[in-house]
Amino acid sequence: MADSKYLVGVFDDGDELLHAVEDIRHQGVKIHEAFTPFAIHGLDKALGYSFPRMGVAAFLFGITGTLCALLLTFWTMGVDWPINVGGKNFFPFPTNIPIVFELTVLLAAFGMSFTFFFMEDLGPTSKPIIFDVRSTDDKFVVAIDLAKNKLSETEISKLLKESGASEVNVKEV
Amino acid sequence: MAHSTHEIPSTEERFEFKSETKRNLIIAALIGVVMVAIGSFLLSKGWSIGVWESHGGEHPATGHEVAGHAEHGGEHGATLFARIIANIWMNSVYFLGISVVGAFFIAYNYIAKAGWSSSIKRVAEAIPSFVIVPGVILIILMALPSTRHIVMHWTHDGIMDPASEHYDKIIAGKAWYLNLPFYFLRLIAYVTVWYFGWKAIRKYSLLEDEMGGLENYYKGRNASKLFMVFFAVTASTSAWDLSMVIDTHWFSTMFGWYHLASWHVAGLATMMLTILLLKDQGYLKIVNESHLHDLGKFIFGFSVFWTYVWFSQYLLIFYANLPEETIYFRERFTGFQGRYWWPFHISLVLNFFFPFLILMARNSKRRPTFLKLGSVSVIIGHWFDFYQMHMPGIAKDQGGIGIIEWGTTLTFASLFIYFIANELSKANLYPKNHPFLEESMHHDI
Repeated sequence: MADSKYLVGVFDDGDELLHAVEDIRHQGVKIHEAFTPFAIHGLDKALGYSFPRMGVAAFLFGITGTLCALLLTFWTMGVDWPINVGGKNFFPFPTNIPIVFELTVLLAAFGMSFTFFFMEDLGPTSKPIIFDVRSTDDKFVVAIDLAKNKLSETEISKLLKESGASEVNVKEV
Repeated sequence: MAHSTHEIPSTEERFEFKSETKRNLIIAALIGVVMVAIGSFLLSKGWSIGVWESHGGEHPATGHEVAGHAEHGGEHGATLFARIIANIWMNSVYFLGISVVGAFFIAYNYIAKAGWSSSIKRVAEAIPSFVIVPGVILIILMALPSTRHIVMHWTHDGIMDPASEHYDKIIAGKAWYLNLPFYFLRLIAYVTVWYFGWKAIRKYSLLEDEMGGLENYYKGRNASKLFMVFFAVTASTSAWDLSMVIDTHWFSTMFGWYHLASWHVAGLATMMLTILLLKDQGYLKIVNESHLHDLGKFIFGFSVFWTYVWFSQYLLIFYANLPEETIYFRERFTGFQGRYWWPFHISLVLNFFFPFLILMARNSKRRPTFLKLGSVSVIIGHWFDFYQMHMPGIAKDQGGIGIIEWGTTLTFASLFIYFIANELSKANLYPKNHPFLEESMHHDI
């Protein structure tokens, strides 16, 4: 692990960071990640992130829930232990809708949360890299992986300074 | 992206209501009246054009046989006149709701201190100007005994009098709520307070344009709070008074929500359609994809909410299987020779399945074509929703969908558009001194 070297640009203002990200990406610098105390509108677009495919995961988990719920209600109410409720069919469709709905939502919600934790490596055992602790307070931080960039350390450092960074630090992890 | 552009579009925009459009709308309204006249004439002669139109009262008792014991004390079958009154009543309630939702929208946006909506605020503000028209029509229909008896079963003479042969114990038990003085008090209160509540909010909004400053914003917010307190109660009670008591025996505790959800989503769809049509004509340049996306989410969310409430009401009645409750759905499924089966199911498709599928994806909520399709579907769908709420109780075995329905709706819709366009043209299309307008301009999601 100790061979990755990051350049950490620290900004005092969210808007400055946003414009800096646009500028330095325009210069061909690949950015590892940006860290801000609060969400900044448009930063995901500036960083060039594609639209998340969480919807696909949600659909797959949701449809699993739907099928499980239908199977559950069909088996318990219709096959295994049929009960006569008000003279209705043993498997009346409307009565199953709440269960189907609930289980769809439940599995979709849990599935999406766990997908997110897994994909972002946010588990009890994960050890995230803290590039600058002040990014949880009042600083806006952008991290650049030097190994993945063609430009040299001094060149990127200069670019960061030019686009408004108040400090540029080196972080080895 | 809003951040990199520093060009701010002009906040001075005025909608021009052309005299040609005015004339066309008035002609359309008159055509609607003529259509009702022609339709009634044809039906009285026994000729029918349209779906499920029966032949001029040949078998007045059929509906009662099928519907079982729903209506007793009403030996008379429905007449053609009842059908016309039912249409006027139904369209009045529908358009009254769409209109008042404009004020409701502004009120909750004010109370939530929402910034994004301030650029479309003037559209929402224009819609409630129509409240007065259906409001007055409803009051007139209730004031005239001949039409009142058609719409409201509980107003029949002697129905609450134990000595009378028309005595109905269940309806008599509701006399503390369903009596004419109290009913009129409520009906007039709805119309006047909704209308003047909107007038107050509108007044402060227009004053803000002239004076600037925050004073009128705070006043508008206070007016919104008062409006909201009143509307919170009357949204439910008006649902009972205008729609639920038509089937006097029947009641549902979900009805207030169901009715409000129906009004709300139809109102939002109307707003969306108005905004998109204005944008097509080159107005409302500040309104961008993100605003449309937010309003689209509103429509999507509340069409699902409507379905949720509708289904909750249905499921309780379905599961409990009590005869006095299931009769409501029995009338709509198989009653009156099954003539209300189609409107009932069309309403479900247009209000839930179609907008649900078409507005689900993020991109479709940002594209005018999809939003137009969704909005039109919701607007037509909720017309059918109100149709199936009111018609079985009022028009009974005379219900149908034909020239009379098209004509009445055309008249109401033309007048509605006339009122909105007229109100829009009275003020700047943006609240130019609104404190959140700047935020709304940069809205980006």
